[in-house]
Amino acid sequence: MLAMNYRGPFRIRADRDRPFPEIEHPEDAIVKVTRSCICGSDLHLYHGLVPDTRVGTTFGHEFIGEVVDVGSSVTKVKVGDQVMVPFNIACGKCAFCKQEMYGMCHEANPQSTAAGGIFGYSHTTGGYHGGQAEYVRVPYANVGPTVIPDWMDPDDAVLLTDVVPTGYQAAEMGGIQEGDTVVVFGAGPIGIMAAKSAWLFGAGRVIVIDKLDYRLEFVKDFAQCEVYNFTALEDPVVFIKKITDSLGADVCIDAVGAEAAGDTMNTMLGRKLLMQGGSTTALHWAINSVKKGGIVSIVGVYGPIDALVPIGNVVNKGITIRASQASVKRLLPKMIEHVKSGTIKPKEMITHRIPLEEVAEGYHIFSNKLDNCIKTVLIPPSA
Amino acid sequence: MIGDQTKPEDFKNERGGDHSHIKGWGIDRDPKNDPTYPMKHRTDEEIEGYTWERPEQQPVNIEVLHSVERPNIPAVFGTAQPPEGLSGAIRRFAFKYSESSYGRWLPLVMADRIGEIEGIVDDLKKGHIPNLFAEHGLKSEWKYNRKKFVLKSAVTAAALAGVLLFLTRDKKD
Ligand SMILES: NC(=O)c1ccc[n+]([C@@H]2O[C@H](COP(=O)([O-])OP(=O)(O)OC[C@H]3O[C@@H](n4cnc5c(N)ncnc54)[C@H](O)[C@@H]3O)[C@@H](O)[C@H]2O)c1
Ligand SMILES: [Zn+2]
Ligand SMILES: [Zn+2]
Repeated sequence: MLAMNYRGPFRIRADRDRPFPEIEHPEDAIVKVTRSCICGSDLHLYHGLVPDTRVGTTFGHEFIGEVVDVGSSVTKVKVGDQVMVPFNIACGKCAFCKQEMYGMCHEANPQSTAAGGIFGYSHTTGGYHGGQAEYVRVPYANVGPTVIPDWMDPDDAVLLTDVVPTGYQAAEMGGIQEGDTVVVFGAGPIGIMAAKSAWLFGAGRVIVIDKLDYRLEFVKDFAQCEVYNFTALEDPVVFIKKITDSLGADVCIDAVGAEAAGDTMNTMLGRKLLMQGGSTTALHWAINSVKKGGIVSIVGVYGPIDALVPIGNVVNKGITIRASQASVKRLLPKMIEHVKSGTIKPKEMITHRIPLEEVAEGYHIFSNKLDNCIKTVLIPPSA
Repeated sequence: MIGDQTKPEDFKNERGGDHSHIKGWGIDRDPKNDPTYPMKHRTDEEIEGYTWERPEQQPVNIEVLHSVERPNIPAVFGTAQPPEGLSGAIRRFAFKYSESSYGRWLPLVMADRIGEIEGIVDDLKKGHIPNLFAEHGLKSEWKYNRKKFVLKSAVTAAALAGVLLFLTRDKKD
């Protein structure tokens, strides 16, 4: 079958001779992929920032498709169902799944106890092949896969497997109270959804910071928020203090993660030399821009290695940090409702549709933010 | 650093205001979402320890490296790319250390780099010469970022020419 094949940092291709996935566990399903996305998280793999990313792995954790085979214990989905598959692989039985923390399942990842299982996201999250392929193995098919409602556009559905719930959870973890000022760092798909969601929790002001004007233009319209380009600011932290009565924002959200720009030392240590688990510039700004006693919500992804954070200021300011891999299954029912009511229109974020055969171009465009790219969907030839 | 041109009086951080133009404003408001309270459906089952009824074990037919912070292989795991070759040997070594140790992560980073070279050797053995231009997705660089593409190509060409001149120089000069 045709699938994406990772060959090393910045080097990927689509190969036609990749083996078909098989049922390896009674709760497995095989899904024929109809759409998959490239995520900002995939860029961390693509740039070689995640340890134990083995050559030959297929990436892709945001996908939908048709169930074409099921293991003997699968009862919740059947062959022929069109499903969206949350990016977290979760058993539904362990203590963490039972507490609805599906991003932290204890029965899906041998290699790391910190991280749960994720499709196509290195051996540090379980060593699974992902969905940037024609077919994919989906473990625990009684738990994750959710039948796509008839009325739902597949383009919306594929964004419900990660982007929408992740952005929503970013805002949710902010514990936003009515009237709060919320600053979102990053105007990628995750930051865009976080900004949109902040209003649903009753924010009084939503501010988005990025360096790409085309993305700021988009989010300004899509999420009706204030936007600022940090490259035009001498010091983003001073700026945010200035525009928030000098005290800082009530809630700051890091929707950037390990590839943050804006500070040479952090970029060198985190992105070039790989001496720390990513560049922490956005998180740094978030901690220093939030009000005393405020909340910093982190959904930006970092590597497992230590990273530089102004922890002294966290203590001195009495900041609460809340962070997580999104719990997609927990949030899906509500997200489906919000799409149905037209409150959230995820597919407006899709700027690029690329045949799976041209996956290397897709990554290059998204990674370099060419052609005003916001979100890329890959379409397999058999879809 | 001295501040930029923005004047504080340009902004008013008003809490009230009319948000009726924003569809769905406040529909998920939750004054009880106090961040000191963990975001989970509390069952306290973890207090019982690792005692839940585990899903059926996926057969272990390949080498699976597992964290020393857990006693076993989880019920389900990925079967992509088991450890192999020199990179595999380094990965085995790394997994002797906990996730809390540099001994775990730095060797893995090294194994990843060696894995890339092994991947190229593997490709060549199969008679496949990696097309670096295509693998890097450079067609789109040419299409959407031509200036940078031309500049980069020129720099690369100049560097290659320099290396070539250096290697082929007449040693007696
Ligand atoms: N926690 C989760 O469950 C989860 C799920 C999906 C994605 N993520 C993570 O969320 C992050 C964003 O994902 P995405 O798909 O939106 O990625 P993206 O690459 O499209 O967007 C990142 C944006 O951040 C901007 N940026 C860079 N440095 C910045 C800085 N210092 N301040 C403000 N903005 C800055 C970039 O210009 C870019 O627009 C990634 O780290 C990704 O791994 C987390
Ligand atoms: Zn993602
Ligand atoms: Zn679980």
